Amino acid sequence: MTLFSKPNLLHIGVLLGLIVLYFVLPPYHSGNLSRIMVLAIYAMGYNVLFGYTGLLSLGHAMFFAAGMYGFGLAVNLGGVPLPIAFILGIASAGLLAAVVGSLALRTTGVAFMIVTLMFAQTAYLVVLYFGEYTRGDEGFVVQQVQRTFAGVDLTTDTARYVTALVLFAICFLALARLVKTPFGKTLVAIRENEERARMLGYDTKVHKLKAIIISGLVAGVGGAAYAMLFGYVGATFATVQYSILPLLWVLLGGAGTTVGPLIGVFFMFYLIDFSSSVTTAYLLVVGIVLVLLTMFAPKGICGELRRRVFPWLP
Amino acid sequence: MEFGPHLMLASLEGAVVAAVLALTAMGLSIVFGVMRVVNVAHGEFYMLGAVLAWFVTSAIGGHPALGFVAALVIAPLLVGVIAAAADTFILKHIKYDPDRTIVATIGLLYIFQQGTLMTFGPDARPVEAPFNHRLALPWIENGENGLQMFWPWGLSITSYKLFVIAAAVVVLMGLWALITRTKIGLIMRATQQDSETAQAFGIPVGRVYSLVFGLGAALAALGAVLVVPIQQAHYLMGGEPLLLAFIVVIIGGLGSLPGTVVAAVLIGMSDGIISVFFSPMVAKIIATLFVTMILIWRPQGLFGKVIR
Amino acid sequence: MAAINILETTGLTKVYGGISANMNVDFQLASGKITALIGPNGAGKSTFVGMVSGQIEATMGRVMFDGKDVSHLPAHKRIQLGIAYTFQITSVFSGLSVHENVALAARRTFDGKASAFEEKVLAALVRVGLDDRATQIAGDLSYGHQRLLEIAMGLAQDPKLFILDEPTQGLAESEIANFIKLIMSLAGETTILLIEHNMKVVMEAADFITVLDHGQILATGTPAQISNNTAVQAAYLGKSDA
Repeated sequence: MTLFSKPNLLHIGVLLGLIVLYFVLPPYHSGNLSRIMVLAIYAMGYNVLFGYTGLLSLGHAMFFAAGMYGFGLAVNLGGVPLPIAFILGIASAGLLAAVVGSLALRTTGVAFMIVTLMFAQTAYLVVLYFGEYTRGDEGFVVQQVQRTFAGVDLTTDTARYVTALVLFAICFLALARLVKTPFGKTLVAIRENEERARMLGYDTKVHKLKAIIISGLVAGVGGAAYAMLFGYVGATFATVQYSILPLLWVLLGGAGTTVGPLIGVFFMFYLIDFSSSVTTAYLLVVGIVLVLLTMFAPKGICGELRRRVFPWLP
Repeated sequence: MEFGPHLMLASLEGAVVAAVLALTAMGLSIVFGVMRVVNVAHGEFYMLGAVLAWFVTSAIGGHPALGFVAALVIAPLLVGVIAAAADTFILKHIKYDPDRTIVATIGLLYIFQQGTLMTFGPDARPVEAPFNHRLALPWIENGENGLQMFWPWGLSITSYKLFVIAAAVVVLMGLWALITRTKIGLIMRATQQDSETAQAFGIPVGRVYSLVFGLGAALAALGAVLVVPIQQAHYLMGGEPLLLAFIVVIIGGLGSLPGTVVAAVLIGMSDGIISVFFSPMVAKIIATLFVTMILIWRPQGLFGKVIR
Repeated sequence: MAAINILETTGLTKVYGGISANMNVDFQLASGKITALIGPNGAGKSTFVGMVSGQIEATMGRVMFDGKDVSHLPAHKRIQLGIAYTFQITSVFSGLSVHENVALAARRTFDGKASAFEEKVLAALVRVGLDDRATQIAGDLSYGHQRLLEIAMGLAQDPKLFILDEPTQGLAESEIANFIKLIMSLAGETTILLIEHNMKVVMEAADFITVLDHGQILATGTPAQISNNTAVQAAYLGKSDA
């Protein structure tokens, strides 16, 4: 693919847009955007498994939480320097994904959904069980003094935004590249017709395992980044709700598209932001959006755009 | 209390759990068996049954039995109608596509749950049982005069709980009769076997689906009405029954009704017994892992055939 | 081509809970030729081919492909050794384009420049006559064209053995004629194992015929030999289709 192909231009355009927005937006909204970018990393991780490989997991919160607790516990209890703690967080998520994946991938369809849900439930209960260290539902704060990197305090709005953007950009471009590789295209083949892919000589089991590991790793990046930039680690991030949210984000934005996850998080964030100011039952709005989405725009925003207007949309 | 009597008490409590679970899981099993859809909102139908029961009994004064009987009829009926409407307007539109159905029912879950929060409120509210006598239970011990019955202190059960067990058995038997002996049951089984052929024979598959979806929801609601005098109605009470019902249906074997009943009894009893003896947290962790392993190594469940 | 017989099975048996679908099948497939596997319904053709391709686990017996014992290899590994397989009921990636379908088939074994890859994909499409539909979504194609697409996918793998499972089923007369021409043009490039019910196709295209009945080999030989074989005629009496 040439450097100036439409997909490449789109990706670069998105990143440039995010840079520009920082200078244009008032602090409240740029703060939101930092959070959105970090959650979009989580969504992109989920997209690898759901959007591209076609596997619906209901337990991804455990990977996000693994990244979060891996980082948070390393810093708070181990006094580990920031970059190493960050890597530990990601590694925990990846390791968990490898273990859970090798077991859960023995099932398919509904059973896979339930098994991933149950593993996530177990992870949540384990977090509560070791409440002495994890502080359970209450959670703990990662002190500001620990959140500095190379002399830069990561708690200022600017540092937060820049870090979030850099991490997002790395994951975004890496995954956009991945889906263009033979491996990425094989994942799509597995989603479309696994038996056929198998009978073309592809080892579908290994592909699916790699997909879930990559998916878990990226989700872990999101979790570790969240803890690092927003300074809070808590068990609520390991609950079922945080497993359903990435599904919702990816569906809304467009499963199997590169930009979809970011769009999905963005829309959902502001939709909830808006409806929280109107009612405490904002999840009702979430529910209605989900139903309307799947009835009238099942491919999500970017998916429908790709289907009707821009067939080149990556 | 000694181990023996304690175990018996735990078993009876477990039987109550199993009874309600059997009804709820049966509802899910019928829906999945006939329609092949995963209804993530099933737990909310359960919750709606309990909440509606509260509304009905609050509205009808006088003796609690009056309100309760009314609730027993009205709540499942109303929930069934709501479910049938959801099927007609939403599920048919997305043509029961598996992924879209899961998403749509997750959406319905939030709508029902939050809708209840907005109207019913966040508190748990009790419903009075129609009758409630404490019955002391006997235990046999080898005493000085040989085997004797005695009544250990604290070993008792309420008459209402026994009623719940009996009611569940009656309803399940009625359901079995409906499915195996009536024309409607035959139509349901035919649609389950091969919906295309059924349609070719003039069976209105669309209407059968709405009926089945409504029936499944009504069963869950019925289970909730039975349990609400014991547990209290709360807008979040649908989560655990949903999970347990899914586990029961999958372990019992998708599409197998006898399997569902056996699995419900097994899981209900274990849940009841374990919660009496062990720390709930550890018990939950072990139970979750155990169920996961079964799903992984015997995905067809106890009685089911290997699907897909 | 190395071995004279690219595929050999020895004592291949499949028993399903007391019922044997195939019993002690010793089969040899000559390299570079078109061999047809025929037999009445229930003869065990699908089970046999399933055991060869690796989709069904054999109860007993051995499968040798290109000189290697593949009996314990999973299906995808056997495909990797050089087998291409088309399904009895057409199975393509209906949500993807015709081009991507063939590309997926070719990509696994391809090692080279992007331009050479594109040429390869195009060549396979031209061979079956689908090059003008490369951008169409596979699911929108007619059944006959989807069958051709599957063949293009097989060709793109440069297989040593090409297994075609009832490829003409559901095709119109003209499509069948084209199909016969197509596979006969492949003779020599690859070995073809054709499972078929359509006797016209078999008689015209096959170099050798093996007849299965009740899970065992009834007869094997050239089309002329088989059509004169009385045992075969008896087995087929009343069971052949037009």
